[in-house]
Amino acid sequence: MTDTRSPQRLAIEDLDVHFATDGGDVHAVAGVSLEVAPGEILAIVGESGSGKSVTARAILGLLPETAEESGAILLSGTDVVGLSGKRLRALRGEDVSMIFQEPSSAMNPVFPIWWQIGEGLKAHRPKMTRKEIRAEAIEALEKVGIPDPAERIDRYPHEFSGGQKQRIMIAMALALGAELIVADEPSTALDVTVQAEILDLLRDVRDRFGTSIIIITHNMGVVADLADSVAVMYRGSVIERAGVKELFASPREEYTQKLLAAVPHLGRNSAWTALSQEQQQEIEDAAPVVVAKDLVIEYPGRLGRAPFRAVHGVDFTIRAGEVYGLVGESGSGKTTIGRAIAGLERTTAGSLQVLGHEMNGVRERDFKPVRRRIGFVFQDPATSFNPHLTIQECIAEPLIVHEPGQSPAQRAQTVRSLLESVELPGTYAGRYPHELSGGQRQRVSLARALVLEPELLVADEPTSALDVSVQATVLELFRELQERLGFAALFISHDLAVVDSLAHRIGVLLRGELVEDGHGPDVLHRPSHSYTRKLIASLPVPDPIEQATRRAAFAKEWGRDAAT
Amino acid sequence: MTLSNPVPPGDSGSADADLAASSETVATTARSPWYLQLPIISHLRRSVGLQRGMLITGLVLVIGLLLTALFAPLIAPYGFAATGADGVKFGGQQPPSAEHLLGTTVTGFDVLSRVIWGTRTAVAVMVCAVVASLFLGVALGLLSGYVGGWLDRVLVMLADAIYAFPSLLLAIVMSIVISGGQSNAWGGILAAALSITVVFVPQYFRVIRAEVVRLKAEPFVEAAKVIGTGHRRIMGTHLLRNSTRTLPLIFTLNSSEAILTLAALGFLGFGIEPTSASEWGYDLNRAMADATSGIWWTGLFPGLAIVAAVLGVTLVGESINDLNDPRLRTRKKRSRAARKVAA
Repeated sequence: MTDTRSPQRLAIEDLDVHFATDGGDVHAVAGVSLEVAPGEILAIVGESGSGKSVTARAILGLLPETAEESGAILLSGTDVVGLSGKRLRALRGEDVSMIFQEPSSAMNPVFPIWWQIGEGLKAHRPKMTRKEIRAEAIEALEKVGIPDPAERIDRYPHEFSGGQKQRIMIAMALALGAELIVADEPSTALDVTVQAEILDLLRDVRDRFGTSIIIITHNMGVVADLADSVAVMYRGSVIERAGVKELFASPREEYTQKLLAAVPHLGRNSAWTALSQEQQQEIEDAAPVVVAKDLVIEYPGRLGRAPFRAVHGVDFTIRAGEVYGLVGESGSGKTTIGRAIAGLERTTAGSLQVLGHEMNGVRERDFKPVRRRIGFVFQDPATSFNPHLTIQECIAEPLIVHEPGQSPAQRAQTVRSLLESVELPGTYAGRYPHELSGGQRQRVSLARALVLEPELLVADEPTSALDVSVQATVLELFRELQERLGFAALFISHDLAVVDSLAHRIGVLLRGELVEDGHGPDVLHRPSHSYTRKLIASLPVPDPIEQATRRAAFAKEWGRDAAT
Repeated sequence: MTLSNPVPPGDSGSADADLAASSETVATTARSPWYLQLPIISHLRRSVGLQRGMLITGLVLVIGLLLTALFAPLIAPYGFAATGADGVKFGGQQPPSAEHLLGTTVTGFDVLSRVIWGTRTAVAVMVCAVVASLFLGVALGLLSGYVGGWLDRVLVMLADAIYAFPSLLLAIVMSIVISGGQSNAWGGILAAALSITVVFVPQYFRVIRAEVVRLKAEPFVEAAKVIGTGHRRIMGTHLLRNSTRTLPLIFTLNSSEAILTLAALGFLGFGIEPTSASEWGYDLNRAMADATSGIWWTGLFPGLAIVAAVLGVTLVGESINDLNDPRLRTRKKRSRAARKVAA
């Protein structure tokens, strides 16, 4: 029905995917048509559940058994839909390859790198000798900028960092000569600075080998940075397909406009500049709620090993009514500090005063009365609720513990008014957590943290598990509640743009040390530490033209040395 | 995002207005009367095809076993220890006939009656053993997993030590310690049940402990700790209810093992005396000599009873196992009508 000599590298025509589930039939992808030209980078964006990953996996024939697909996926002229195992295997790797979100789980930990690369090579060229495989592996690693490839192909996956593992995954795709790479959120699990390097590498691969790339992401910054064209998916269909500049400049669909508006933009609407002079002064003069002096937190090592020091001598102060944003990459100790404030982690040395209580060497019995003055919001709303309790019971738990004298009717009243203040209908009280969406659950999480009217709220990456548009509404709610109730907050995040839009004061953590501490605009415009500057420079902004100039500036300062 | 379980409709919308609307439907479909949410009934409702067939076969066998046990006095033509009716002896090793549908044994018992009365002993031992080990195992597992430290280490070591013994040997030792090897009906049943309990407690202990150790690190337990919830409430409300998911499975699998252990004990001569209660293993033991002389009915029927009971309980357990795991569960294919509409 189609010209098989079509110039397109990939043509999806009217793809339909159904899943059989316990809850009945789910129509995950409804009539998607897409085309990718050779050397084109296409970004598929959309919320979770919009069918973007399913579409991408269908290209490789990687759908689970419960799926049923119809339509056509023409990959260099071959229809993948309904292809048998053997022909599909021949296609995978040579024509199309996939890069997964979590590079550490995509590799077999008991084999060295050359073996992992060789596995794919051998599947397509069974007669290859060990020597040839090693030679090819070295060449592939060289292409993706891993230093000393000849020596490092004998290393095991755990000896590489997350960013390097993702490079190796890309190397595997290149070694097989894949003409199309499908990358499913390839940089989401990586830190911002590493993400910039991977995006740079992907762009480089396209430029050098003419590889087409489909990148699935929810990060509009990544889209602006990398993509040539964008497909916006919503509820299983592509609602808008446009060039990247065109899409960002004049989005056609209302949904796309909303999606773009929801993306936090670094440097715009900083929380500190939004305050009036008096308000700023008021916060400056307020009494401190949390004071850390030379705070050290260690995790005990295994027998005979030195303990792991997660936090090295950190000083900071959170005043009453102030939102303190803590930024840093994974492993920088930001979550550890948050947990120590909530009494979930023991401090090793130095001093940490929380609401007038010294946390170093604190006993649980003495700290218990203080707990009612602290609220905590967890990262993942899916796991932070007991699945067997209703929303009512979840929110009321702090009341049951700290005010056992209250009658159930009183508690129900409190829960109802709280649900209203987090903009959820009161009828939700009788539901179970799994009946709510992620954003709704995070609202309930906020309600639970606020039920005892705490003076301090610790929020540990509260929005990183949410979609962009949902994240925006939850952040808005957080801001509004903070203004109304005036609690002090520690807001932990890896996203500088999110922190800036919310926090009055920002601290940047690097390997357990606080390298930057100041008000939002000061940190963003006059960073004192080179790491902060790199962090700001590597954060992609959702604007392709601005991002191009930022990228050039980044390359000038850090450029290739990061890759080599 | 996960592929095997696409997000529920309430999770995909963007605007909160339609989120609320779609969540409404989620809530109404998810909420069904409590009796439909009971373990086996909910499994039956979810099952399709071969898995449903397996589950139903198992359930029929198990329900048959339970009903036979309950109504044994009404169904069985004679008592379990009766060697004659109305003063007339049955006679030993009679082949199946109208009077004795399954024949008689060498000691002159009616085989059919013995098989029917045997269900009572089997069910009693099964219930005693599983219930005793369930309560003890769950309590110890919960405590050990939550408290941790030296208590955990000691309990795990003990459980491992018990594992190291062959379970039948342990059961024999226990039955000798408890009842001196032979005894009356309830003494025998309890001895058998307790000796099986000793073997099963480590299994429940291990499963619950492993679940509790995993759950202890879950954010919702930490959320409770941050609030300042006491240990007892954390164990009771948060850990216990979430860690008992796999229990129906072990429960059924252990029940079948209990029947087998009881039969083995009886077969080896450590069971219950034939005049106190009927027991399949003992009958099998007595039938050994018959088999060589062509008397098949004394061994075949108690053996079949054991097979049917074990098969029934195992089928239920295995089906529950498969149905609990979304990867093993088969689902209804889309109906043809729906497919046409979509196309």
